[in-house]
Amino acid sequence: MRTKAPFFFLAPYLFLFALFWAWPILYSFYLSFLNTRVYPWRLEPAVNWGRLLQDPFFWVALKNTLFILAVQVPLMLALALLLALALNSALLRLKGFYRFAFFAPVVVGAVAYSAVFRLLFNTEFGAVNALLRALGHPGYDWLYTPGPAMAVIVLALTWRWTGYNAIILLAGLQSIPRELYEAASLDGAGPWHQFWHVTLPGLRPVLVFALVLSIIGTLQLFTEPFLITGGGPGNATMTLGLYLYQQGFRSFNFGYASAIAYTVALLAAGFSFLQMRLWRER
Amino acid sequence: MKRRRFWLSLGLHGLLTPLALLWLAPLWLMLVFSTLPEHEIFRVPTPLLPGGGFFENLASLQADTNFFRALANSLLVSLLYTLGGLLLSALAGYALAVYRFRLQGLVFSLIVATLTIPYFVVLIPQYILVAREFKLTNTYWGVVLPFLANALGVFYMRQVFLSLPSSLLDAGRVDGASEGRIFFQIALPMVTPSLAALALILFLNAWNDYLWPLLVLSQKEMYTAPVALGTLIGLTRVSWGGIMVGSVLMTAPFLVLFLLLQRYFVAGITAGAVKE
Repeated sequence: MRTKAPFFFLAPYLFLFALFWAWPILYSFYLSFLNTRVYPWRLEPAVNWGRLLQDPFFWVALKNTLFILAVQVPLMLALALLLALALNSALLRLKGFYRFAFFAPVVVGAVAYSAVFRLLFNTEFGAVNALLRALGHPGYDWLYTPGPAMAVIVLALTWRWTGYNAIILLAGLQSIPRELYEAASLDGAGPWHQFWHVTLPGLRPVLVFALVLSIIGTLQLFTEPFLITGGGPGNATMTLGLYLYQQGFRSFNFGYASAIAYTVALLAAGFSFLQMRLWRER
Repeated sequence: MKRRRFWLSLGLHGLLTPLALLWLAPLWLMLVFSTLPEHEIFRVPTPLLPGGGFFENLASLQADTNFFRALANSLLVSLLYTLGGLLLSALAGYALAVYRFRLQGLVFSLIVATLTIPYFVVLIPQYILVAREFKLTNTYWGVVLPFLANALGVFYMRQVFLSLPSSLLDAGRVDGASEGRIFFQIALPMVTPSLAALALILFLNAWNDYLWPLLVLSQKEMYTAPVALGTLIGLTRVSWGGIMVGSVLMTAPFLVLFLLLQRYFVAGITAGAVKE
């Protein structure tokens, strides 16, 4: 069948796609080679990438981002997997209640929950320190000491995103054919054996999906450190996202910010590639 | 065997219940704080039951920032984004699912590829376009325009339309309906539940979006709710009760929607994760 219809159907989308996605991807790569601290901007290929290598703030931001990635993402995904298994279990009653409790953060905006977490982790009056003191611990100066400030960011992210990942993993669990479990059970496989040889292999594609999404999300972490800790104390919770915002939209150094953006993209591509390789069907 | 199941089940509930309550605590305390006067919010031990100060807090929030205006802005921006994104995604997804044309594979691959590319890569050029080329700062279109071309939406709608039996569309063609008519009057009405799922996710994303509106909106009366609330969080002399009221007003409608329409939210979130 020959018709021009698909062209008309696609045209409005593709126009905006080309303008706001395809072209910007190329343009920001080009921008990363421009000196945007002079007017007019001029091509100086080494100016931003060279500065990146020597910029201590960039390395701190990179280190913090990778730290959050290494600690928070595995913690959250392990918790999400346990949660999905529990919610999928025939042993659990009142599923509606548990689903709501863990999934509700999915609809909560970053600004709203950042505000709440700031209050909860207030040193003098916050609920967390109140609880710790009731248990005989002096509490922490959460937002103003480096380690605890990082812990607050990790906890906030875990609260917000564990349910989201559990939803994805639960859908994965439910897509594993029942017959596989029945067959394993007939072969005499216990629950533990079934988990390793049926559940985990069946979940692999969904786990990779959740992992890649979480990594890309964490690499771009901005709102929580911006609003909860302001990147502080010092630069203890400075992330690549926050640093890009400062360089791009406080100093309006678009070239340097683009170099940071492409660093994030390279990291994301590297991690995604690694995932695909590591988890490939054998 | 039955006994063992009972104890296992009891143990599971015993583990999960405290965790569930811990997970609900931030939302419950947000609600409680929104109803308490300032000195009560900062009381130790932490108050666990709501008081009667919601409207005083609302008044101080309104004094700190014009929050009703911000909510109205958010509503308008989110509606524009949802309707526009839905229409464009459905049109493009339909074209990619139903027709065969040259470069189809390439077009689809390019769109899907952007799903794995961090948003930061396009952020700065998008800002240059919207702020400097089109001069759309402090306008609703400036907030919405870059996001109308939503890759996830196209990916999702293509999946949806692929599962539609083509015999139905052919029946329309035999009757002599135009391609546009077939799309709007036959195909689209048949996928309403999927459209609803996508609409919820698009609306939620727009409603909660923070970074982009923060960049393109500098006038107070154009602020969306997250931007307005965000400006208060860093201040030293500010009503925390008011901020909590703002958080509740932003969150509560979606918690209710989530209770009622959980299935649709889940469908939207798992789009792309699980192959049907």
